[in-house]
Amino acid sequence: MTKYTGQSVRRYEDPRFIQGRGKYVANLTLPNMAYLAIKRSPYAHARILNIDTSAAEALDGVVGVVTKDDMLAEDSPCGPLPCGWQVPDLKVPQNDVFQVDKVRHVGDRVVAVVAESPAIAQDALDLIEVDYEPLPAVVDARKAMDPGAPLVHDDVENNVSYEWVLGDKEVNDQAFADADHVVELELVNQRLIATAMEPRACVAQWNAFSEEMTLWTTSQNPHLTKVVMSAFTFTLPEHKLRVISPDVGGGFGTKIPNYPEEVITPLAAMKFNRPVKWVATRTESAMSDTQGRDHVTKAKLAFNDDGTVTAMNVETWANNGAYLSIVAPLIPTAFYITLLSGLYKIPTIYGKVYGTLTHTVWVDAYRGAGRPEAAYVVERLMDLAAEKLGVNKLEFRKRNLIPPSDFPYETPVAMTYDSGNYQALFAAVEESANYENMLAEQKKARAEGRLVGIGISGCIEASGPAPSAVAGALGGVTGFWESGGIRVHATGKVTVLTGAHAHGQGHETTFRQIVADQLGTSMEDIEIAHGDTAVVANGMGTYGSRSTAVGGSALVRSSEKIIAKMKKIAAHQLEAAEEDLVYDTSSASFHVTGSPDQTMSFGEIAFAAYTAHDLPEDVEPGLEENAYYDPNNFTFPNSAHIAQVEVDRDTGEITIQKYVAVDDVGTIINPMIVEGQIVGGIAQGVGQALWEEAVYDESGQLLTGSLMDYAVPRADGLPSIEVDSIETPSPHNPLGAKGAGEMGTIAATPTISSAVIDALSPLGIQHIDIPLTPEKVWRAIQASSNGGGN
Amino acid sequence: MYPPKFDFYRASSVQDAVALLQEHDGAKLLAGGHSLIPIMNLRLSDPGTLIDIGRIEDLKGITKEDGRFYIGALTTHAQVAASERRSLPAALKEAAGMIGDPQVRNRGTVGGNVAHADPASDLPTVFTALGATFHITGSNGSRTVVAQSFFTDLFATALNKNEILTSIEVPAEAAETGSGYAKMASPASRYAILGAAASVTVGMNGDCTGCSVAVGGLTTHARLVPSVSSALVGRKLSQENIAAASRNIFQDLSDEILGDIHASADYRRHMAPVYVERALLKASRRAGWVAKIGKSVKDLTEDVLRDIDRRLGIS
Repeated sequence: MTKYTGQSVRRYEDPRFIQGRGKYVANLTLPNMAYLAIKRSPYAHARILNIDTSAAEALDGVVGVVTKDDMLAEDSPCGPLPCGWQVPDLKVPQNDVFQVDKVRHVGDRVVAVVAESPAIAQDALDLIEVDYEPLPAVVDARKAMDPGAPLVHDDVENNVSYEWVLGDKEVNDQAFADADHVVELELVNQRLIATAMEPRACVAQWNAFSEEMTLWTTSQNPHLTKVVMSAFTFTLPEHKLRVISPDVGGGFGTKIPNYPEEVITPLAAMKFNRPVKWVATRTESAMSDTQGRDHVTKAKLAFNDDGTVTAMNVETWANNGAYLSIVAPLIPTAFYITLLSGLYKIPTIYGKVYGTLTHTVWVDAYRGAGRPEAAYVVERLMDLAAEKLGVNKLEFRKRNLIPPSDFPYETPVAMTYDSGNYQALFAAVEESANYENMLAEQKKARAEGRLVGIGISGCIEASGPAPSAVAGALGGVTGFWESGGIRVHATGKVTVLTGAHAHGQGHETTFRQIVADQLGTSMEDIEIAHGDTAVVANGMGTYGSRSTAVGGSALVRSSEKIIAKMKKIAAHQLEAAEEDLVYDTSSASFHVTGSPDQTMSFGEIAFAAYTAHDLPEDVEPGLEENAYYDPNNFTFPNSAHIAQVEVDRDTGEITIQKYVAVDDVGTIINPMIVEGQIVGGIAQGVGQALWEEAVYDESGQLLTGSLMDYAVPRADGLPSIEVDSIETPSPHNPLGAKGAGEMGTIAATPTISSAVIDALSPLGIQHIDIPLTPEKVWRAIQASSNGGGN
Repeated sequence: MYPPKFDFYRASSVQDAVALLQEHDGAKLLAGGHSLIPIMNLRLSDPGTLIDIGRIEDLKGITKEDGRFYIGALTTHAQVAASERRSLPAALKEAAGMIGDPQVRNRGTVGGNVAHADPASDLPTVFTALGATFHITGSNGSRTVVAQSFFTDLFATALNKNEILTSIEVPAEAAETGSGYAKMASPASRYAILGAAASVTVGMNGDCTGCSVAVGGLTTHARLVPSVSSALVGRKLSQENIAAASRNIFQDLSDEILGDIHASADYRRHMAPVYVERALLKASRRAGWVAKIGKSVKDLTEDVLRDIDRRLGIS
């Protein structure tokens, strides 16, 4: 009997967020706190000749500086930042928190200053003099491998950090040779800046007596940050480190890594023995938060006259930036190549990736992380193939869908899809969008000379990382379980302790729903604790749309343990056999089978557990359980989206006229929250299709370092988005849930790109790289055979 | 984002502000602060002294006298956009409503905007097309400057050191005159990649009897494009004539067109006639063009009108 699952319960978080009462790191003020600012490199590549901090140190109100000498001191706890994903033959360049000899991207860390106020710290930065010898830079993923390209690190030959291959090349080549048709494409998946609403920040407090460091930081995974610090970057014993991530205003993957600032700030707190705060400016975020995507790809698809796809081949140059971030090598490998099968039966897929280093900000996970890049390649190829055969793009996709009877379906790229009904998904989106009618209207519009296009995508995601053993086999340094604790208090109230971390996902609501349904209690009687390593023993954090499927499942397991213990107590007190007791969640009580009057309620048992006056011999007092849930597979959410756009022939400007999404994210706990995730995700995906791009010039200068130049999606650029769903529960987790956080982002980019190219197809235009800016579109129209006319 | 240190004075009157300007070399006037504060926070500006004129009541609001509007320098964009004065030029209200977001429009002032003279700003283009007159007070008394001479270069105006812009004068829009502003906005900043403002007067026979067009965002400052307007005056306000006249803009544009990552100089150049045409269509529509000559002119079929309305966002 589920009471809450499937209901759009209003978010418990919203009153404080809407009223501006969230508690973010930047809101934290501690007594005697000082403020840190970081001097960053203005060059993409330069030798550091000299650093003179004397004028800054002489400034009134300056506490002191933190430099590479502090980092290198014998008693310093600092170590280089590690890479936590070890693909074969990986070359990991040294990644110190301060650069010693050379800087390697604009924004690289040189020296820090600590002052009595943020303004003084800023004044002091301007007084620090650094002499550089500028060096040539390389910013392009593929050009980085050119002979003679400037090396980012002397010990990483050709700037190639790793190569990764999946598939049987011979079988694949043969399939291309045998195919009736082949389409080929070279595309760029441009670099993005995540632009979370809250820039990164941290506050460090050193207790010189207990030798404990507390770090408040904007992390998606405070426990991981603690482990990484203790083991590598700030090597205090782990029990002397406490990491707290309070309310965090958006992560999108960029708040996964342990960052240099999270080492420099505690180092300063220790050096000056006072609390120290660092808050990034927007421009600092743009040049120091990990960035996303940045692929150059050559891809081809083989298919037969009857519209059956027979093979895919993909070669990608993935830009990792100047240093390898924590899971950087995972994103363009096991999160990308393995998703190239999409929703389709493709007999052979061959993928190869070159992970290169360049003089740019590091690249790591960004909403979708590898999977949007894969979906964009797959869906562009499907469009081109349909176009070549002259068949409807939706029909072409339907012809190649994996049928429901094939699940679990093993792809040629090492994934086993758990469940799905892609036919039903496509049927649903056709109906929701009234696709037939859209085609008729498009025909009419085209007859009037208007450039109206309909885009379609069918996308897959592998969410809920990950089975720890699989992660280990693929190069992961850590496991990917999640912890979930349930502490029932003597009065029957419940504290839920989760290792997942909310930074916009609504965990405080969804997890309440899950636990309330498991225990039969009221949501009001539950409180969610997360984000503090001293409160929640262990956790892996939130990324990869994992919180519900993995973190929620851990809470189901701990609920089951609670009920099992309650059953022992109830059986003892009711003088009944355990097997005769039934827990009824609708009344939150046990009763004896056949004797509905013989009951003991949740509250009574909780009280009995703590008074401990009359417990069975083998039962300890108290009522608190913890569970670690390790999933045995990813979950595979999937989507079919349809959009309509109109392109202004005179200017290349694009208007999205309609957007319809149908997603299968498994069992839905809170439909409102899922819809919010899907809509927000779509907006972000549209952002990549139309507006967003991190631009570096040839010398490595970042030209989009502020929101004056970097275009994020805005409400007025989006239509009202229609969201529907089908539910195919995941068979391998107790909730049946799949991930919902990234599906929209993954699907929206190819959907919009498909629609725009469809609008332009009467002009013979087959591809334009994203973002589809008016100028690019206009130029393509001008260059087309009949674009200039009419 | 912390500004360098500065001294702060609050002026009680225009005279007081002028005196403070004379006293403090390099001081900047603070009005709505929506251009000045960001550049100070980015440390691109370090004036040392700010003189807050934000509480000088004489500089606030819109007045009308003898068929002329006087827009006080401290009038906010929101006040202009929401003004219910029917003869306040439509292009001005329209452009003011396109600046930034509601917070910016609620704080940002018309005077501060034009004195800052951002080449991508909207209001300088509109004031130039409307033939506005800028009223300036300094230590030597008051003077006026016409819009064409007011904007002189990138972030540069005819305002001298120690002078204050007090109001901007624009003619009230006559019934047979219409104006419009069309803008291609930067997807990031929403400043104009290209902005075009037009004012059109239509005679009883449907001929254009007066026309003024200006563009912004293209070059270092807003400027008139007389080749466009002169091609239209004396001719029917047909869609064809408007399009042809708009293409004349190339005669008025030198090669010094600005470009950036969102739109190259070449692209802006090609977009100029498109947006000028849109501004002229809007202006013509508002001048009562359709009502007067709509169905009598051959090329103004219902389909064409619908197309114009669709493109202009008029429903």
